[in-house]
Amino acid sequence: MAISKNSSAEIVKEVEKTPPNHPDPITPSGIEVPVVVGPDMIDFSKLEQPGAYPFTRGIFENGFRGRLWTIRQYSGFGTAEESNERYKFLLDQGQTGLSVALDLPTQCGYDPIDPMARAEVGKVGVSLSNLGEVERLFKDIDVSGISTSFTINGTASIIYAMYCAVADKQGVDRDKLTGTIQNDILKEYVARGTWIFPVKPSMRLIADTILFSNKHTPRFNAISIAGAHVRDAGCTAVEEMGYTLANGLAYTDELIRRGGDVEKFARRLSFFFYVHMDFFEEICKFRAGRRLWAKLMNERYGVEDPKAQMFRFGVVCGGSSLIGSQPHNNIVRVGTETMAAVLGGAQSIFTCAFDEAFQIPTEHSAEIALRTQQIIAHESGIARTVDPLGGSYYVEWLTDQMEKGMLSVIEEIESYGGVEKAVEDGWLQMKIAKRASERKQAADSGKTVIVGQNYFRRDNQTEQVGEVFKLDPMATARVIDKYEKNRDTRDTGLVEKSLIALENAASKDKSNIMPYLIDCCHAYATVGEMVSTLKNQWGEFQEPVRL
Amino acid sequence: MSLEGKRILIAKPGLDGHDVGAKVIALALRDAGADVIYTGLRKSPDYIARVAVDEDVDAVGLSMLSGSHNEIVSETLLQLKELDASDIKIFVGGTIPKDDHAGLIAAGVSGIYTSDMAITDVLKEIELELRNA
Repeated sequence: MAISKNSSAEIVKEVEKTPPNHPDPITPSGIEVPVVVGPDMIDFSKLEQPGAYPFTRGIFENGFRGRLWTIRQYSGFGTAEESNERYKFLLDQGQTGLSVALDLPTQCGYDPIDPMARAEVGKVGVSLSNLGEVERLFKDIDVSGISTSFTINGTASIIYAMYCAVADKQGVDRDKLTGTIQNDILKEYVARGTWIFPVKPSMRLIADTILFSNKHTPRFNAISIAGAHVRDAGCTAVEEMGYTLANGLAYTDELIRRGGDVEKFARRLSFFFYVHMDFFEEICKFRAGRRLWAKLMNERYGVEDPKAQMFRFGVVCGGSSLIGSQPHNNIVRVGTETMAAVLGGAQSIFTCAFDEAFQIPTEHSAEIALRTQQIIAHESGIARTVDPLGGSYYVEWLTDQMEKGMLSVIEEIESYGGVEKAVEDGWLQMKIAKRASERKQAADSGKTVIVGQNYFRRDNQTEQVGEVFKLDPMATARVIDKYEKNRDTRDTGLVEKSLIALENAASKDKSNIMPYLIDCCHAYATVGEMVSTLKNQWGEFQEPVRL
Repeated sequence: MSLEGKRILIAKPGLDGHDVGAKVIALALRDAGADVIYTGLRKSPDYIARVAVDEDVDAVGLSMLSGSHNEIVSETLLQLKELDASDIKIFVGGTIPKDDHAGLIAAGVSGIYTSDMAITDVLKEIELELRNA
């Protein structure tokens, strides 16, 4: 990158404009931090070893010495063929797990020819309308040899059914499958918006997926309870964890209602969060959340098996903490956030590319994001010993403060009447919209410092990213072409039969939906057809529009 | 600065569920005195145009972060034209690549606001556009 002759002088001039009142003694979650935290403020007798209940210091006694975190980059766009190429590239580069981004029609349950879908086909992820597409997505990739994560919620059960069907097609035993589906509908109502059915049948569908998976794909995580999206939507770190644990408790209750054994299913509950820029808050968020979850499992549900008390989580570094001004600075932000994730004990990490704030990453920016993790994993040495910050006065103090805050977030929801009611009424949505306004005001007013945006900004600063990723404009046409070919070549009798069986199962609360969905997939029924069939029985979620 | 007496529809077209920006701007417009109507998620251009006409709004703000803005904006403008309501101003917000700005303005969009803009600047621009209307 060319730097003009006088640019360093300009930068120095800007540095003199130090933001007022910084460093701010109040964390973004509103915790007032003393200048010095001393040993008198910590009860060290309560500090356990890593791998011991309640797991403040991590779920494994040997930390990353036993196994490094999974490096898992989110990727997927356009057609199954294009995404398949990108996956093979990432696997060749040393990536250890796949993460599939799906387009909005697939996420919301519309086929690519639906009028609501046309403009969105292949835009934010890959279009997977039927089993043929999923077969092409994993062409020449042995699904027993990789772990695959699908960011899918409203149609998670269907995409999971497709993955089981692909295993069947590849001749792989289903119990060899590893990976994750997000399958967390509660936060979709609040923040991400890919809901389909009302709350109650959605909760049932999720419980069915988890119970089926525990039995048939025991190494697969059939839910990843996610705080990431409410965080990006405006929540603080404490609220992100508090809301997510509250959702975790709601799923636990539903699973128990549907006959699940908490000692068994809780072993496969996993979580997913954002890491933003406040370094110590992020580290302590994970330490506090891990401890609080173990206690909730033990104290509320009597869970005794340590594996069922363990809080396992993946993270994404970046999101709304990345900005469009001077985008290369985002590489530094993601690096800092990745260190916080490692020090917090994450099981898998996804690093956003520096241009991800405004476009689908290019191969170049995606590679830098991957290398960022590899540098931290293999050069920095921070993974050498378990929980290297354990016993730090400040880290232990902040962990305690954040845990208290999280518990009050959970109690506030419970006193309102529970997550399901809070979501149906739009109460939670409104709270988060208010937080988003506050966050924006803090950035606009300069209370929150964003380097290169509200401080340390040069006049006429270059916003040039370099390469710009362009989606193939013909991708939509190819997707629709393949969709029509599937529709014209499949056995329609088999499709109808499988859909009727699905509707029948949906009408009976006792049936588990999963085997019927897998049958539909094998018959090459489409996502849109399966969703419409379920809508016949369950209806649609009515969004509470409140401001 | 005041948007007193102005009626503005904030809409989420298409399937994109990221409604933070839409809600933040809706709340800010309301605080600035405008009557604000928010559609909620997943509305078609056809629906948005009909609501805009039925509610007799001065402007529609379309919030889009999924990359489908070019198609959705041209469809919304077309629907408004068919309802003989091309006088309603269209503003666009969200993830809109710089390369697309000129085309959207040429198509008839009155302003494009991305997340790095200060809310007060967005409000000022909208006020100016609507004052000249």
